[in-house]
Amino acid sequence: MTDKLVVRNLNIAFGEKQVLKNVSITFPDQKIVALIGPSGCGKSTLLRSLNRMHDLTPQAMVTGEVLLDGHAILGAKVDVVDVRRKVGMVFQKPNLFPKSIFENVAYGLKVNKMGDKNLIRARVEEAIKSCYLWDEVGDRLDKPALELSGGQQQRLCIARAIAIAPEVILMDEPCAALDPISTLKIEELMLGLREKFAVVIVTHNMQQALRVADSTAFMYLGELIEYGPTTEIFNHPQHELTQRYIQGAFG
Amino acid sequence: MLNNASHSSPATTNQRRHLQDRAFKLLVKAAALLSVLVLAGIFFLLIWNGFYMFKEVSIWEFFFSSEWNPGALKNPQYGIGGMVVGTMLVTIAAMVLAFPLGIALAAYLSEVASPLMRGFVRPLIELLAGIPSVVVGFIGIVVVGPFLAQTFNLPNGFTALNGAILLAIMALPSIVTVAEDAIRAVPRSYREASYALGSNKWTTLIRVTLPAAGSGIIAAGVLGVGRAVGETMTVLMATGNALEVPDSLFDSVRTMTATMAIEMGEVPFGTTHYYSLFAIGATLFIMSLLFNLTAEYLAAKFRRLS
Amino acid sequence: MNRSTWIEQLGFGVLRLCTLLVVFLIFWLIIDLFIKGGDSLSWIFWSTFPQKGMTAGGIFPTVVGTAFVTLITALFAVPVGVASAIYLSEYARDHFLSRLIRASIRNLAGVPSIIYGLFGVALFVEGLRFGTSVLSAGLTLGLLSLPYIITATEEALKTVPKSYREGALALGATQWETIRSVVLPPALPGITTGIMLGLSRAAGETAPILFTGVAYYLRYLPGTVWDSFMALPYHLYVLATQHHAIEEVRPLAYGTALTLLAMVTVLNIIALQIRYRFQSQPTG
Repeated sequence: MTDKLVVRNLNIAFGEKQVLKNVSITFPDQKIVALIGPSGCGKSTLLRSLNRMHDLTPQAMVTGEVLLDGHAILGAKVDVVDVRRKVGMVFQKPNLFPKSIFENVAYGLKVNKMGDKNLIRARVEEAIKSCYLWDEVGDRLDKPALELSGGQQQRLCIARAIAIAPEVILMDEPCAALDPISTLKIEELMLGLREKFAVVIVTHNMQQALRVADSTAFMYLGELIEYGPTTEIFNHPQHELTQRYIQGAFG
Repeated sequence: MLNNASHSSPATTNQRRHLQDRAFKLLVKAAALLSVLVLAGIFFLLIWNGFYMFKEVSIWEFFFSSEWNPGALKNPQYGIGGMVVGTMLVTIAAMVLAFPLGIALAAYLSEVASPLMRGFVRPLIELLAGIPSVVVGFIGIVVVGPFLAQTFNLPNGFTALNGAILLAIMALPSIVTVAEDAIRAVPRSYREASYALGSNKWTTLIRVTLPAAGSGIIAAGVLGVGRAVGETMTVLMATGNALEVPDSLFDSVRTMTATMAIEMGEVPFGTTHYYSLFAIGATLFIMSLLFNLTAEYLAAKFRRLS
Repeated sequence: MNRSTWIEQLGFGVLRLCTLLVVFLIFWLIIDLFIKGGDSLSWIFWSTFPQKGMTAGGIFPTVVGTAFVTLITALFAVPVGVASAIYLSEYARDHFLSRLIRASIRNLAGVPSIIYGLFGVALFVEGLRFGTSVLSAGLTLGLLSLPYIITATEEALKTVPKSYREGALALGATQWETIRSVVLPPALPGITTGIMLGLSRAAGETAPILFTGVAYYLRYLPGTVWDSFMALPYHLYVLATQHHAIEEVRPLAYGTALTLLAMVTVLNIIALQIRYRFQSQPTG
């Protein structure tokens, strides 16, 4: 088992407000790690720092290290475009562009100049197929993507993310806006993604963490409290806070 | 890995993309800075050119004399007192007409009017805002002027009142829009508290909603003053442009803007007369800047309160 | 009916009366123009030169001149205005520079149009030696319409959801690629509306072109940007106040006023229609 992403002593503050406090955590390749914790615990901030999305927040102050395959990805000298191409992201709400289904999945391939027309077409098809969407949209790729259902849109977002062959996939509560059946489909998809990518998900849903995650990290008020194999975290939490959160969430 | 299939090496492609990105950012930043340069340019140009005039003319004469005869070969005179009085007379009269009317319209549209009525009046007001000032001036000549002459038994309708009525029409849309926004921004809870105490809609409007929207509404008025002071074609066409200190609204007046419009085309470049027109421009610019800043300050204060 | 209800009815009655008065006034003025000027309007009026010392004939050169100047205005103000708005909406963070730029734009919007005229004379006509020309007048009007175009474009860009930008950036697009491919396209109708409103305002302006390029009468159409030109708004001013036979040319003045009004109104209606369609469409 290789370490894909290594976070060392990461501190993030938005203005006066310290959101991450000295977090160190490792994400292995070809595994799913779930980040859980109450709202405001910093799990989304941690996730967004893994592909530099916090760059979009004007007052973000960042110290510490994030290494992708041993290479630092924080800092002004790092090519942020390259980082984001390697570390893909799926957001809480499906955020497809007001373009056709095809254009959405091809978007990353086109801006990153990854191949000619035929190659792009083949990759779009492959990405859509690996998200089990081909049967549903294969015959109408030129239709507006925003006409799809919420669950289909989110799966297309995943297809869009994996089309550019990233190495890590980040998911920020990807099922928060979906119905139970769509949620199950996405979870099934995550288990498939594990074979190729390192996957990190933020979730509020304990059962979801239990169903899909190999490891789970519990965070509280910007600190990483406990991190270990999912069954251990849920069955034998070492920390009282973890225990209370998990019980509260179950009860 | 899939990305090995790319045509050119990813490193050089990325370099080109980053270069493009940086160039674009620089470009849009430069464009945005142009606005700062233009405002500064206008300011310095007016002050600079206006300053030349003060080598020949005392500040006292310029502002407080009402004798304007800059073209005279012997003993030219540069007093803009009469124009300032004329400008203020027309502006204040316009506001006396437009401000209450604008507030009434804003209150009606936001508190009383049915959606259908509002959907009919709003576009009409927006349309009014789009009418070119030269067309409004023309209306002053062919409609308002003759109407005033007949009603008040005047030799002709080219009076301060004509200009004031036209400026009121022109200022109305911006007053209505800003005031309506201010009234709408008053929190619903204020009104509900008033209703809960047994007040009816009218009392609530007069005692609660309008006072709460106060600084926003006054901002609308000040903005209107700024616009009216700087309006050129309308007053040029409708007020007769006589160079005398007006006694009443039924006198002809010449505003600062009209003076610039009339004389700029004929004045020789680089003469004291030429510079004096820029000095008028500088005075006008500072006046309208003050009105705009005041309106902005009031609007900001209103936003903080609501 | 008790006293307070009576006062309420009276108060609302006064407000309604004020509104109806204004509505009536607007209709009266416009209908009056139509009644007196409607007869002058015809294709011949729009497509022929003025004749017999501008006491007969049409307004063709003024229409062409206004269109030409507005084209120059657009060529300058649209790219600069849209670029400025992109900077303010997409790049600028809340620091001194961006506040200075915003304050400048707000104050430029309040600068009297005749001041733009003076600035145009000093900068374009004299300073850069463009002379009294289509170019000088077009650039002067361009400066005047900049604040409107910037403000409207920024508003339109603000309606594009943040999630589009995040989606594109997360796929490895640069900021410029993000703006070009996912931010500008959905904002385009709103931007178009703003541009059309700004340009229609510029096209109807008289004071800024008075000394920067407009001519009383020209026998020829402007061939290049260095030529002087006739313009609709100035032509109306001339026919209404400067002509030697004012009463005789009144019908022509009415026709010119109506043409100008119609042009501006049509542009406004099209612009607002685009915005209305855009707003009623779900953005996803």
